[in-house]
Amino acid sequence: MSEIILSMQHISKEFSGNQVLKNVSMDIRAGEIHALIGENGAGKSTLMNILFGMPVIHTTGGFTGRVEVGGQEVHILTPHEAMAHGIGMVHQEFMLIPGFTITENIKLNREITIPTVVSKVFGKSLEKLDIRQMNKDARKALDTMDIGIEEYTMVAGLPVGHMQFVEIAREIDKTGVRLLVFDEPTAVLTEGETQNLLAAIRRLAAQGIGIVFISHRLDEIIQVSDRVTILRDGELVVTKDTKDTSAVEIAQLMVGRALTIERSGGAERHISDEIFLDIKNLRVKMPGEEVKGMDLQVKKGEIVGIGGLAGQGKLGIPNGIMGIYPAAGQVSFDGKPLELNNPRAAIRSGLAFVSEDRKGTGLLLDSSIDLNIVFTAMQNEDAFLYKLGLVKFRNQKQIRAHAEKMIHDLDIRCTSSSQLVGSLSGGNQQKICVAKALTQHPKLLLVSEPTRGIDIGAKKLILDLLLNLSEEHGMTIVMTSSELAELRSICDRIVIVCEGKVAGELLPTASDAEFGLMMSGSRLSQHQLEGQTGAMPDDRAAREMTAAFQAAAAGILTPPDGSMGGVN
Amino acid sequence: MGAFIKRMGVPTFIVAAFLIIVLVSAFVLGLSVPVLISDALRRVGMNGLLVLAMVPAIKSGTGPNFALPIGIVGGLFALVCCMELNIVGFQLLLYSSLLTIVICVLMGWVYGKLLNAVKGAEMTIATYTGFSIVALFAILWLTVPFTNKKMGWMLGSGLRETIQMDAFHADEIISKIGMFNIGGAREVVDDVTTITGGVTIPTGILLLFLLGCLLVSLFFKTKTGIAIYAGGVNPRFAQASGLDTNRYRIIANIISTVLAGLGIIVYSQGWGYAQLYSAPLNMAFPAVAGVLIGGATASRATCVHVVIGVCLFQGLLTSAMPVSNVLFPGTDLPEIMRMIIQNGVILYALTQVKGGGR
Repeated sequence: MSEIILSMQHISKEFSGNQVLKNVSMDIRAGEIHALIGENGAGKSTLMNILFGMPVIHTTGGFTGRVEVGGQEVHILTPHEAMAHGIGMVHQEFMLIPGFTITENIKLNREITIPTVVSKVFGKSLEKLDIRQMNKDARKALDTMDIGIEEYTMVAGLPVGHMQFVEIAREIDKTGVRLLVFDEPTAVLTEGETQNLLAAIRRLAAQGIGIVFISHRLDEIIQVSDRVTILRDGELVVTKDTKDTSAVEIAQLMVGRALTIERSGGAERHISDEIFLDIKNLRVKMPGEEVKGMDLQVKKGEIVGIGGLAGQGKLGIPNGIMGIYPAAGQVSFDGKPLELNNPRAAIRSGLAFVSEDRKGTGLLLDSSIDLNIVFTAMQNEDAFLYKLGLVKFRNQKQIRAHAEKMIHDLDIRCTSSSQLVGSLSGGNQQKICVAKALTQHPKLLLVSEPTRGIDIGAKKLILDLLLNLSEEHGMTIVMTSSELAELRSICDRIVIVCEGKVAGELLPTASDAEFGLMMSGSRLSQHQLEGQTGAMPDDRAAREMTAAFQAAAAGILTPPDGSMGGVN
Repeated sequence: MGAFIKRMGVPTFIVAAFLIIVLVSAFVLGLSVPVLISDALRRVGMNGLLVLAMVPAIKSGTGPNFALPIGIVGGLFALVCCMELNIVGFQLLLYSSLLTIVICVLMGWVYGKLLNAVKGAEMTIATYTGFSIVALFAILWLTVPFTNKKMGWMLGSGLRETIQMDAFHADEIISKIGMFNIGGAREVVDDVTTITGGVTIPTGILLLFLLGCLLVSLFFKTKTGIAIYAGGVNPRFAQASGLDTNRYRIIANIISTVLAGLGIIVYSQGWGYAQLYSAPLNMAFPAVAGVLIGGATASRATCVHVVIGVCLFQGLLTSAMPVSNVLFPGTDLPEIMRMIIQNGVILYALTQVKGGGR
């Protein structure tokens, strides 16, 4: 057993009363590739922030637990100290200067210099660069990864994959680097580049550097890692040897949590066969949530869930349909084609949107509850106005009456309808967003992240409200959420989005593993899996991956018995 | 106390405190406080509409209308056009106001288009647009083929720098409507009544200002007004609600420009002179400062801010001069102080702007 270079023990951390890490321990051995996996919000980033002594940790009250590097307890208070302990990070976004050569980027702020006459007089900052030695070092670092690019090439214009290597070379070049953290390094890479990177990571590990590999992609983890640590809701689920586990098991462990909201109802729903909303080849340019050609059909009376990991494009769907971000494709609603890129047209056709960006897009925080509730209806349907000739004044009496009805119906906790929305709690603000949408008398409700940032009790109320709308008023609802549990608690079916496309569709009763696999979007095709089984640590995992991938691609639903019978 | 100042606004508090100090020292120095107040009221009426022009612009999210000179030169152009036709008295003000509306709607529309093209840098662009339009109109004043002797130079062509309103029987005619005096000494000599001292209330011009405030307030209770407000405080919200925010920004700036045009006509009649050439250059900053002193910010303003601000700022300007003339004879202190307060409050407001003013 090789030496343990990093050990984090019993790490707990809370942000203003919200426990994000609970007694998490992990250790990294020299020369191992240790995968760290978990859903968004599972605590991976917080754990790494603690390791690097990021200011965000210390300004929020620090953490409890013990960090040891090379067997000695350390207190890392700044990223600089982490560096001094030999801990390096390969960033997801490239921090390179485009106008510099590769060597210059690698050696930035650590240049090798030769004293000159001038520098002897005016100080060290005027010493001459030892370009030759710097190039030699850069070459060595690049060779470690077996990369053939010339060290004197300009970074601008390099393919993305190569920039990633420059970034890694910079970390390797730092003397005494013992541990490297890769934060989703393959997120922006193509298939070929990914394989090169994984090979390079293995070469680094072979030289005795410990690697922490953070990724959502189960296939990569199975392929490259020695051990895997799974986090869920801030808790350590398990640390396992990769050869003893499988993609399916990891997926299950990653997602599987006790449903906080029990599934209820569903029986009274009246779903007609009529296709109400028909989306074909929708493409949406929403930064960070791009949709790249997506098809979806929604029937009247249904509650359809859209799930998937953050950044995969699920939020782009409602935002694109509502015209908030530029979109292209064919969308027809209620039998008529819907004009894209025109919020007014979308609203007038009978769509209403409860935005995930509650404080930005959803509400006028400095305005009263009543104005917020009626605003969209007033502007688009000329409601709540009285007319004096050509001038349309707000009808405050009618507005207040309606707002008070909504406050009562949705149980919004406030002092009066003229209270400012910004002073309400998250849950009540969300109810106002829903009230605003309902005031438009929509035929279809698009709800995006309805429970983001609100507490458990309010979550339940919001979900009950949506369920009630569907069951008693026959409202068709398309709900987008990062929280699988809530999608599973009220939706009729759940569409999983991965890399801007539909990865597949599952029933709410499908097993955790199925959701996990589909969300992680296996990228290896069957062909590649067959070609690379040699590289896979476990043949069984490869077979499972293949089967799961096929199932997902064909949209086959497996029996919801929780076992992996359908996949195996 | 701290919370009270914060609610009131730091500039409002400082200027109000200063105004009180000045008025008290005026009393102590034996100056006639009623005369100071009369003078302040007159100036409040004169400047009111110009300051009110800030409200639609700020509410629409384009920031204080630093391009006020656009509306001002529009109004002046309408005024000189009517003067050329030798229209006099009330009719001069009436017809030039109507013409102003036409001209300023057009100019405001073009200006609004410009602002939509430079989102995020509205205040800077507005300032320079205001400067440029003054220069452009300076050429116009010099080259218009107007022939009315009452406004031409003695020699050569072009318009005079200051045109006397009394030549057109239009000086102080709005101000004098319903004007009355409280506590002045009345003296009747040969059927002509002269009043000395006391507080003179220029009822007409004040009522006109308050009417303007009322109309602007009412406008922001209409569907369009609410849409402008929403687009100003949260453009993303407005867009998601199906509004064309650009359109509402243009409407708001048209209203602001028209108010500026009407404002300069009211100002000119109250002052007794229509000032052309570089005079409009220096009218935007006092108006911006006026609304800010009233407690407005670069992204939030109401008519109440306008009323408070214009009273405090003009009150201070008119009362500081006689006081400092007694205390520091022979200095230009009031003018220096005006610059410090005016530019200081604008600077303060700009430091409070978050995220590019939007």
